[in-house]
Amino acid sequence: MTNQVARGKSTMDYEKLVQTEDFKGLVKRKKNFATPFVIFFFAAYFILPLLTGYTKVLESPAIGAMTWTWVYAFSMFVMVWVFTSIYMNKAKYFDDEVDKIIEKNVLK
Amino acid sequence: MSWISYVIFFAVIALTLYITYWAAKQTTTASDFYTAGGSLTGWQNGMAIAGDYLSAASFLGIAGAISLNGFDGFYYSIGWLTAYLVVLFLIAEPLRNLGKFTMADMIGARFGAKKVRGAAALNTITIVMFYMLAQLVGAGALIKLLFGIEYWMAVLIVGTMMLIYVLFGGMTATSWVQIIKAVLLMLGTIIISFLVLMKFNFNFISMFEVMKTATPHGEAFLHSGVVYTDTIGLISVLIALVLGTAGLPHILMRFFTVKDAKTARSSVIYSVWIIGIFYVLTIFLGFGAAKFVGADAIIAENAAGNMAAPMLAGVLGGDALESFVAAVAFATILAVVAGLVLSGASAIAHDIYGQIFKSGNVTEKQQVAAARWASIAIGVASILLALGSEKLNVAFLVSLAFCVAASANVPTILLTIYWKKFNTTGAVASMLTGLIVALVLVAISPSVMNPVEGATLITGNPIFPYANPAIVSVPAGFLAAWIGTLVSSKRHEKDEVSYAEVRFKAETGYKELDL
Repeated sequence: MTNQVARGKSTMDYEKLVQTEDFKGLVKRKKNFATPFVIFFFAAYFILPLLTGYTKVLESPAIGAMTWTWVYAFSMFVMVWVFTSIYMNKAKYFDDEVDKIIEKNVLK
Repeated sequence: MSWISYVIFFAVIALTLYITYWAAKQTTTASDFYTAGGSLTGWQNGMAIAGDYLSAASFLGIAGAISLNGFDGFYYSIGWLTAYLVVLFLIAEPLRNLGKFTMADMIGARFGAKKVRGAAALNTITIVMFYMLAQLVGAGALIKLLFGIEYWMAVLIVGTMMLIYVLFGGMTATSWVQIIKAVLLMLGTIIISFLVLMKFNFNFISMFEVMKTATPHGEAFLHSGVVYTDTIGLISVLIALVLGTAGLPHILMRFFTVKDAKTARSSVIYSVWIIGIFYVLTIFLGFGAAKFVGADAIIAENAAGNMAAPMLAGVLGGDALESFVAAVAFATILAVVAGLVLSGASAIAHDIYGQIFKSGNVTEKQQVAAARWASIAIGVASILLALGSEKLNVAFLVSLAFCVAASANVPTILLTIYWKKFNTTGAVASMLTGLIVALVLVAISPSVMNPVEGATLITGNPIFPYANPAIVSVPAGFLAAWIGTLVSSKRHEKDEVSYAEVRFKAETGYKELDL
């Protein structure tokens, strides 16, 4: 019966698997890739209310009557779309790495 | 309402019932029921995520909020879209790799103790009930307004429909209802936006010039600060919006309806485009309603502005468009409540009955039966609650759901994946602390306590100053995780899977049982 979520007796030596150079490299590359993006989007997101709440810098008109507040807000949308696209492209390389790790260390 | 509205309404109902009939034939196992057998493709699930996510709060709520409060209403659009970066970068793939049907499965993949699963299921049920109450109360008000039928009857109609979808068609029917709804919603929103732009001679920039003088707020309409005069309060709301999504059980559940993490990822991309375009268009809905319907008329219909979008459609496109938009709003609510019933039922039937009481020793038949009974229980309970909650503020209920999700679920989800030292006690402490702190602070906040008699549930000065407590309750969830983990670091809990195994599976999607 496989109804219970996978927690049967483990036949794999995961301690050894996570210590392999391949896996450590994958985790490190993933982390190095994702961390700057995560820091950037959280920062961009929370700087907006700080600027609108404590300063007036975003209240001047940018294009016609559209203020910088709106320009900032629209760039958040662009940021989301750009970041998801970058992630998507990068993830393909990680998929290949994962396939190699499984092939080399698990299915050998 | 004209005959057109009846035609469109019955067309929506007939189409979704036909889909349910078709889906029912394919729903035999628990996996079919909860996750459509993991058979959805990336774009299908992407559309379904959008259909599940863009609730009445997004469509009716944001349009109303922008029309009445200008830029402050748009914060919701920004927050709810940026939330998908959190989902994509940090949660979607590990979740898909570790879990099976529910969020609790994913946490249970590391901490097998029943109390962990119990706490996760409790959070799921709490969030689902708040969210569903908001949708049902909103649906009742909407249908009452459009067809002139009683509130209680409107709630019963929506409640019955959602139960039919879920009981007979499970996740397959629910997903397709959500996909159709996403198409209808985008279509309706694009048509209205186009008509609004046409009124402004397709000049996006000059629209802002016009809006400067179009509302009672004057130029302030285009700046932040019409409602959010307190920056800390605003940041608190924004925390709940950006983190809450990653802890919403009905959204997380959607990632189990695809075959692997790769497909989960691509479904996020599709949904981010659809949801993003929709949220950009909320500007036209909001500005258009403010300019062409007017704040007084909007408030006269509904103080929170919930009817702004259908009213705008009526002004721009006459009866036909208003009916179409009303049908879209109806479909929107149906799709969201169906998804909610399903995730609530999974917490009761799969997590509590299947995994906690039966320790996973249930047959396929028992699982499906339990899931159906749990759906009825969740559905009936929420209908009964909704019948007595006509006067509750819908936006408040939704923001409460997001706040509980952000405080009670997100710390545990993140730490289960990324923190090596995290343990059973830490997980339980975090989930319960996040839940209790969020609920207690809301109970003593301005949303519940108001010195004006009758304005809110309790008459009196609020003890906690912010309507949304995320700025306190989210850190409380993380802090409890840390303290809980530290005080019990020496204790060895059984059923805890090594972090090495969790990490390896989360990153690679490797599953032993599949071999």
